Amino acid sequence: MAEALMKYDEAIANFDPVLGLEVHVELGTNTKMFCGCSTVFGAEPNTQVCPVCLGLPGALPALNRIGVESAIRIGLALNCEIATWCRFARKNYFYPDMPKNFQTSQYDEPIAFEGYLDVDIDTDEGPKTFRVPIERAHMEEDTGKNLHMGGATGRIHGADYSLVDYNRAGIPLIEIVTKPVEGTGKYAPEVAKAYVSALREILRGLGVSDVKMEQGSLRCDVNLSLRETPESKLGTRSETKNVNSLRSVERAVRYEVMRHAARLTAGERIVQETRHWHEDTGISTSGRSKEDAEDYRYFPEPDLMPIAPSREWVEELRANLPENPAVRRTRLTAAWNISDLEMQNLMNAGVLELVEAAVSAGMNPDAARKWYTGELARVANERGVEVEELGVTHVELSRIEALISEGALNDKLARQVLDGLIAGEGDVDSIVAGRGLAVVSDDGPLIEAIDAALAADPAVVETIKSGKLAAAGSVVGAVMKATRGQADAARVRELLFERLGVSE
Amino acid sequence: MTAISREEVAHLAHLARINIADDQLEHFAKQLDAILDAVAQVSQVDTADVPAMSHPIPMTNVFREDIPVASLAPGAALAGAPAVEDSRFRVPRILDEE
Ligand SMILES: [Zn+2]
Repeated sequence: MAEALMKYDEAIANFDPVLGLEVHVELGTNTKMFCGCSTVFGAEPNTQVCPVCLGLPGALPALNRIGVESAIRIGLALNCEIATWCRFARKNYFYPDMPKNFQTSQYDEPIAFEGYLDVDIDTDEGPKTFRVPIERAHMEEDTGKNLHMGGATGRIHGADYSLVDYNRAGIPLIEIVTKPVEGTGKYAPEVAKAYVSALREILRGLGVSDVKMEQGSLRCDVNLSLRETPESKLGTRSETKNVNSLRSVERAVRYEVMRHAARLTAGERIVQETRHWHEDTGISTSGRSKEDAEDYRYFPEPDLMPIAPSREWVEELRANLPENPAVRRTRLTAAWNISDLEMQNLMNAGVLELVEAAVSAGMNPDAARKWYTGELARVANERGVEVEELGVTHVELSRIEALISEGALNDKLARQVLDGLIAGEGDVDSIVAGRGLAVVSDDGPLIEAIDAALAADPAVVETIKSGKLAAAGSVVGAVMKATRGQADAARVRELLFERLGVSE
Repeated sequence: MTAISREEVAHLAHLARINIADDQLEHFAKQLDAILDAVAQVSQVDTADVPAMSHPIPMTNVFREDIPVASLAPGAALAGAPAVEDSRFRVPRILDEE
């Protein structure tokens, strides 16, 4: 049932929001955190399981080195301290997706702590940087996946029973928790979104995860509370789970601000609870109440030795971190002489890395941008895949560009070459040969086509001759069509004017 | 003398998913009291100079390389399950108890 909401502006005029964000990121390791089971997505249910990740008696965990290394790198990229010594802990609870009846996690000794992430947002006074303080990043493991059967489709409520697949159980997770984010004022939704977006960019840059929110490899919980003034003590917070797109992060914060404000103004209190975000309706509904504090009975995991990353290891990992994405953006914007908006387009199309790789291989930045944000982005979007997945390399794009500048291809033919590349018809030259794509350079056939076009539309001759040169467009178009795009449009135009004795 | 209440016994039983009848709570409360008292004797030892210890073996950084190994054979994982459907473990309704 929908709850009462106060208008956002009114809510913000009366209350000061405080944000908190918990992000779980699934690492892209080859194996699970504590066993050698594969993590490949999409396998048959319960085929990537073993005694360790099924919690069979007597099975002993063995810690994945890359899982720890990734956690340290994430911590460093988020400006965190790295623990000199820390342990895993058992978080005890019963739930069918957790076969051991505890989750191996970290409790009061996270591997990374006390960091921050600066995010830029647009405010009424222009761009502004907010510092999001990070409390900790710790290592843990994912749970299995439940399918709820009977009742309303897929819902746990009203289900008759559930089916569990443990392939995902034990996949390494890093949980990144912010401190209360204060001082955002009305920009709380934008800051939340910018934070998750910046975090995703950093994680992608580190190469530790594919960070696909829609596939659940990056999941976000939004905590929100309101207080009367920035000086008042923190209010009771709600925790909204299942916020799985950037847009939803922003919407969920906004929604909770409006919902809390309505309750508080009506003299009701905020219940500390877990809420579920519904992407389709844009509202959250009440889930589990946290009235009786959870009692996870954490204790140090006896089967895993403590982790004491040497300072040499940490410094080596720090020295090899990729450039901070924000710094890199500024650098590339200047180097390529493009606007912030053009940079934003590259980001939105998810092709910055691809363009950078192409440019460092010698491709002209403008040409690289043109292909990746233009034709390739369009095709990728049409197919609902990432540009990267189209499998067109900058080597091939460079070859196309070279053929265009030689005059052997025009833009239209180049797009056909691209279609061929995406369809896997071979390399550029064999597609050009195979599809018979070449600009008609011999004037003979072009003149023939021009004459045919003029004969089909005799009136246009007089129009052009009278000085309305724009009318030439339809003739050029007809010629391009007749030659299946293989003519050089500029040459056709030249020939047309020559034939009509008109000068441009 | 510690004093475990009936409510605490009921809470622990719930956390461990053990059914304990109301008339047994007193009985277990007394037993837990006795156990805690026995263990509490440890606190009489002077441990001011003894660091707390969770792992008796002085080892750290025990890692496995990130190389996949064979998982259980298909079906083996499910062989011991009380109920299976669609290659998945079939479990009773989850929200029943709430
Ligand atoms: Zn396993």
